[in-house]
Amino acid sequence: MSDRPQIKDFDWTLLAIVAAINVLGLLEIYSSTHASAMAGMQWKQLIWLGVGIVVMFIMSQIDYHTLLDQAPVLYIAGVAGLLVVAVIGYSRLGAKRWISLGGGFNLQVSELMKLIIIIVLARYFSEVRTDKLTLTDICKVSLLTLIPVALILKQPDLGTAMVLVPVLIVGMFLAGIEWKHLAVGLVLVALLIPVAWNMRNHLKPYQQQRIETFLHPEEDQRGAGYQILQSEIAVGSGGFWGKGFGKGSQNQLGFVPVRYSDFILAALAEEQGFIGVCLVLLLYLGLILRLVDNAQKAKDRAGMYVVMGVAAILGFHVLVNASMVIGYMPVTGIPLPLMSYGGSSIAFVFLALGMVMNVRLRRFVN
Amino acid sequence: MASWNVNDQKIPQERLALVSYLSVGLVIVLMVGFWKLQVVQSGHFLDLAEKNRVRSIPIIAPRGAMLDREGRVLVDSYPSFSILLLRDDPKNLEKSLPQIEDGLAISDQELRQELDAAKYEPKFQPVVIKPAASQADIAFVESHRADIPLLELLMVQRRRYQNNEMLANTIGYVGEVSQQQMDDSDGHYRPGDIVGKAGLERQYNDQLEGTDGMRRVVVNSVGKVMRTLDNVEAVPGKPIQLTIDYDLQAIAEADMADKEGAVVAMDGRTGEILAMVSKPTFDPNDFAVRIPSAEWQKLNSDPETPLLNRAIQAQLAPGSVFKIVTATAMLETNAIPDTQTFYCPGSAVFYGRMFKCYIYGKGAHGAVDLHKAIVQSCDVYFYNVGKILGIDRISEYAKGLGLGRRTGIDLPSEEPGLMPSEEWVEKAFHRKWYAGETISVAIGQGAVTTTPIQLARMIDAVASGGLLVEPHLQKNMPNLKPDHFPLSDATVEKVTDGMYGVVNEGGTAAQVKLQNVEFCGKSGTAQIINYDLRSRLGKTKEFKDNAWFVGYAPRRNPEIVVAVLVQGGGHGGITSAPIARDIVKAYYDKKAAHTQQTAGTQTPKSTATDAPLVATVGGQRP
Repeated sequence: MSDRPQIKDFDWTLLAIVAAINVLGLLEIYSSTHASAMAGMQWKQLIWLGVGIVVMFIMSQIDYHTLLDQAPVLYIAGVAGLLVVAVIGYSRLGAKRWISLGGGFNLQVSELMKLIIIIVLARYFSEVRTDKLTLTDICKVSLLTLIPVALILKQPDLGTAMVLVPVLIVGMFLAGIEWKHLAVGLVLVALLIPVAWNMRNHLKPYQQQRIETFLHPEEDQRGAGYQILQSEIAVGSGGFWGKGFGKGSQNQLGFVPVRYSDFILAALAEEQGFIGVCLVLLLYLGLILRLVDNAQKAKDRAGMYVVMGVAAILGFHVLVNASMVIGYMPVTGIPLPLMSYGGSSIAFVFLALGMVMNVRLRRFVN
Repeated sequence: MASWNVNDQKIPQERLALVSYLSVGLVIVLMVGFWKLQVVQSGHFLDLAEKNRVRSIPIIAPRGAMLDREGRVLVDSYPSFSILLLRDDPKNLEKSLPQIEDGLAISDQELRQELDAAKYEPKFQPVVIKPAASQADIAFVESHRADIPLLELLMVQRRRYQNNEMLANTIGYVGEVSQQQMDDSDGHYRPGDIVGKAGLERQYNDQLEGTDGMRRVVVNSVGKVMRTLDNVEAVPGKPIQLTIDYDLQAIAEADMADKEGAVVAMDGRTGEILAMVSKPTFDPNDFAVRIPSAEWQKLNSDPETPLLNRAIQAQLAPGSVFKIVTATAMLETNAIPDTQTFYCPGSAVFYGRMFKCYIYGKGAHGAVDLHKAIVQSCDVYFYNVGKILGIDRISEYAKGLGLGRRTGIDLPSEEPGLMPSEEWVEKAFHRKWYAGETISVAIGQGAVTTTPIQLARMIDAVASGGLLVEPHLQKNMPNLKPDHFPLSDATVEKVTDGMYGVVNEGGTAAQVKLQNVEFCGKSGTAQIINYDLRSRLGKTKEFKDNAWFVGYAPRRNPEIVVAVLVQGGGHGGITSAPIARDIVKAYYDKKAAHTQQTAGTQTPKSTATDAPLVATVGGQRP
């Protein structure tokens, strides 16, 4: 047993699954854009993937305990970053989410915040020494999570804000939340729904519309409901076997909204059919189960929390994105990890996977 | 190792396993969701995807042309472009509006009105912002394809009325199909289809309109055509040839240019309408594109009713022209011999009321027999005849000669006029007929009303021994069913002699005599209110007499009959007769020229004076 982690100790099964999802994503990005002005997008995505792999490797080399040591600093830096975005960030599509890094690169601080919350919560939960989470603990972790959530909501970016919550929930569950607290929490949430409903007038118009649209997609065929409807048409018309690669009319003729990114699953569903969708969903299930496996084999609870934080975020992305594509959830702008086009998303996922490898590589180290 | 991380805690394996099971469960839920869309409802969504992808673009069939009897084009169709504005992209739209307004010379207000009107239509349906684009407009759209991608050209077929107002009331006009027509058409018409709305355009709509073709294309999400799936060509409408003679029509139009009234010129043997004028009129080209509602309001509410075809719709007192009916009834029923005279002192008293002759105050006709009564149009003579005949005998002959009922001409909305009788009064007013009313009706006043076309046919019938032709505008019309109301030869002889006298023996239309043509006729000067009332109100145009003249040639079995009505024209023999004469003269001049031409080009043997005047389109001259 060596002190230095070995490349061969990487989780190659997990990486094989990741690679398979990436390939499907690249193919679908190619299919969706090759006949348009955006042709060639798959190459850009491939570069992002390359960057991702490098980033993952670097991330795997820094001992996660070191990262967890810095949790308070990272947290403060993250929250400060979000505040900076609120002040000097620049707007795109009506939302302030980016800080310009120059050279055309823009940093989306909220993506980094996902990683930071994983680290911060892992650190917090590993300090809980019992198998029972006290009410004080629950309040503290909730507050820790809700501060960045509120700041991201303010951008506004409902999707990314929501993504932080499952890290908290999965963490609390594993840390041993008591059933009675869980029940109270559920009741509280149930009570909050009508309040939230009444608060919806405080949402941005586009958010209100997305909710309206989600509830009544047919009433607004060319507005926001149009997106969901067109996505459903793409998915439904794909049938069992799909229309064939590059042959989906909804996809090729541009009826599917952002078909290379947030709605890439709709494009795939149209061209590869139910069979293709099942393959994708099973790959994601494999990914999650593989992450759980890594968590089970982690050397310590801190490692487990890190891995399960990543699993919670990735799983939530897949759940929400797939649900949106078939009209089970409103449009929230949550991409499908590893498939959707986009540097920020790729970078986050590989950083997260880097942390998973990190935990794995150190399971035998003492 | 940091102090916070004391590795004394076990990994909660059970809870992790629970997370795995939850993940499996959620994936199954998602799969069920996809299954529902992709397997259970896939047919429905495949349908929707097809509807998204495939758009059907109609190829408008051109309407058939209308030709005159010699094949000259009166109405045709031409391809034209409409400019469409796509509304998919509201941001770009707002930005491009000023440029579009500038380039196409549309006011901002106008353009916004168009957009407002379509506010609730689906956004992918473009708005027609310019229905008849000029060359410059088309050039503007073509040259700005790159920077204003919101403009699109649509080819449509437009109606072109070559001679603008000429024959307008008869030809009618086209317009967008009404909701009613669409509902009645059983899916044949779509919104925006152009159909005949009035006149011949409406009468022969089925023949004139072709079958639209259809191009099915694949469009992308912003409506851009990507490729054509299939193409069904349009079948153009069939042309129709009219009996109208452009030359005679032009003369009639020119003579009526500044007047109000109607002219009908008809072949007395066949019922072919050679010319038909109604004034005032309109330009049907104004309707061919899109008539602004203000313009339509103006045409519809104009007190001079330019949309009315007076030749078949004006129902007016025929005045003295009706005396031909009274005379025919008198002779046919042998009520009074034509030689019997009545004395005209300028007026006469019947049933305790004085009836004036038009000559009242200017002299008297003295002893009058039938011939003189027709030639001079003596009212007192016909008052006496009417009194002896009674309303029912007059009515019987009037109806027999086609008055009070539609002639059946191939035009929509013909009016029947009215021939009163005892029965009619009882039905309509629940009272008895007053004997005094008969006196007025005998000279074409009172309740009797006729249309110009009825009078033309009536005079033709009398001069043709009772042959009632079926007036028509379509050349070579099949299934013509002329009516017969047999008249004795003696009657025809005497009445036509009278009508010859009107023109040729110093009668009421003596100044319209023609050389070498037996031009005959009967004038009418119909009061529109009675003499007493008029003298009290003073002579304004409103109350000027309607001037009638129905002329024909030759004396028996006329080749051409012309009815002329000039409303407020005063004396029929003076105002209307010259118009009839011009048309009859033109007819004979043309015939002579044609005969000469034929004689010059053919062997003397086959020269026939009554050779067909003109050949039909594509036909061979004998």
